[in-house]
Amino acid sequence: MEAFFDYLGRYWEFITQRDSDGDLIYNILGAFWVNIQLTLWSGLLALVLGTVVVAMRISPIASLRAVATAYTNIFRDIPLTVVILMMWLVVWTQLGVTFGGKMITDFFVLAVIGLGLYHGSFMAEALRSGVNTVPLGQAEAARAIGLTFMQSARMVVLPQAFRGAVAPIGNTLIALIKNTTVASVGAVSTETSSTMAGMIEFGPQFIFLIFLTFALGYVAIVIPVGTLSTYLSRKLAVKR
Amino acid sequence: MTQTDVPAGAETVVALRDVQKWFGDLHVLKDINLSVERGEVVVVIGPSGSGKSTLCRTINRLEPIDSGTIEVAGEPLPAEGKDLAMLRAEVGMVFQSFNLFAHKTILDNVTLGPIKVRKTDKVTAREEALQLLDRVGIRSQADKLPAELSGGQQQRAAIARALAMHPKLMLFDEPTSALDPEMINEVLDVMTDLAQSGMTMIVVTHEMGFARRVADRVVFMSDGEIMEEATPEEFFTNPVTDRAKDFLAKILQH
Repeated sequence: MEAFFDYLGRYWEFITQRDSDGDLIYNILGAFWVNIQLTLWSGLLALVLGTVVVAMRISPIASLRAVATAYTNIFRDIPLTVVILMMWLVVWTQLGVTFGGKMITDFFVLAVIGLGLYHGSFMAEALRSGVNTVPLGQAEAARAIGLTFMQSARMVVLPQAFRGAVAPIGNTLIALIKNTTVASVGAVSTETSSTMAGMIEFGPQFIFLIFLTFALGYVAIVIPVGTLSTYLSRKLAVKR
Repeated sequence: MTQTDVPAGAETVVALRDVQKWFGDLHVLKDINLSVERGEVVVVIGPSGSGKSTLCRTINRLEPIDSGTIEVAGEPLPAEGKDLAMLRAEVGMVFQSFNLFAHKTILDNVTLGPIKVRKTDKVTAREEALQLLDRVGIRSQADKLPAELSGGQQQRAAIARALAMHPKLMLFDEPTSALDPEMINEVLDVMTDLAQSGMTMIVVTHEMGFARRVADRVVFMSDGEIMEEATPEEFFTNPVTDRAKDFLAKILQH
């Protein structure tokens, strides 16, 4: 027992080491904050993209439907690692797309765009399942009183679709939270999986505790999101 | 009160000429010619699958047609787009399954069209909506959601929603078919009042009593064709075609 507490004590020393400037060498909370920021920005992007794409998919214009379907299929089918690697190696390195000069900002923004594009396709599918909960008669009634397609989508179909899609949107968001760790392959070196890899390299004797730390960290973030989405999906469900 | 005598020089509100429609190989509307004058109440009856609902839905282009012409108030139906939306605003429609906007209160259901399509200001739209809800007898339900109302109340709200657009014509697509029997009359009463107020109406229904009492003209359809067009008196006492006789025999037995 004493040996175990001793071991824990040494792990505590390991994770609280500071460099000569007094900064934490392994900034675990900071790393989680990077992933949370990645989640918030790319989640917003994915939700906006998903909404636009699902509106295109239900539109009466065939070419818009085709573009939306193509986007959904392409980004849903490419592995996230490939998308993020391409953002770094193709968009940044080859095409020279930058966002303001600092590399750390470029990599963060490119990771957000990659995560947003990828999860946008899942958001579009989540919302499409929401659209399927809205009976056809709702759109017919909207058209029958003279609303245009855009008006009936915005005022009648999509509000009900969102309310019917809370649970799948929540699932996509949870997947996104965990998938932000893939940003490490896009050179975002301050996020959790990069931090974890560094810790394992220099503290292999603590490997189990290191995994446990990050696993519990994600569980602590995901549980409230899951609980909230379950609660909201019940509370917001449209009574028919 | 029926209006069998359409005044001379009355305007034609709806005119269908040589309308054809197929669902794949199925010829659902065959050579449909029909015109409805202002203030007229035309009741369309016929067996299930005879095309009467489809006919009703072609008039505001919820169903496009394959050939022929449809004119509403003298203008041919526009193609999909803004013009069609404007035309639909002039044509009220009441559905079998009510189709009230499930996420909006009854009041908001009624005011949505006036505010967003007619650009009526919110206060006026609200006042008018409350008057209409009063007219159909559900003013006290204004702040409830559709799911909190009975079927009959929902259908009366749907009628109020259509009337709020000040339509030139009202289409009723089997408005009582989804209702429990005890709620049918409350809806038919509202429709009867509306007919007496001079509204032009096309009503697809199985309610023969309503057809007899309120219709100016009965249109009998079978297999996508208009088989007979007559006053209710003529049609119910003296059907000409075998199919109409057969249909009436089946439904009037009990």
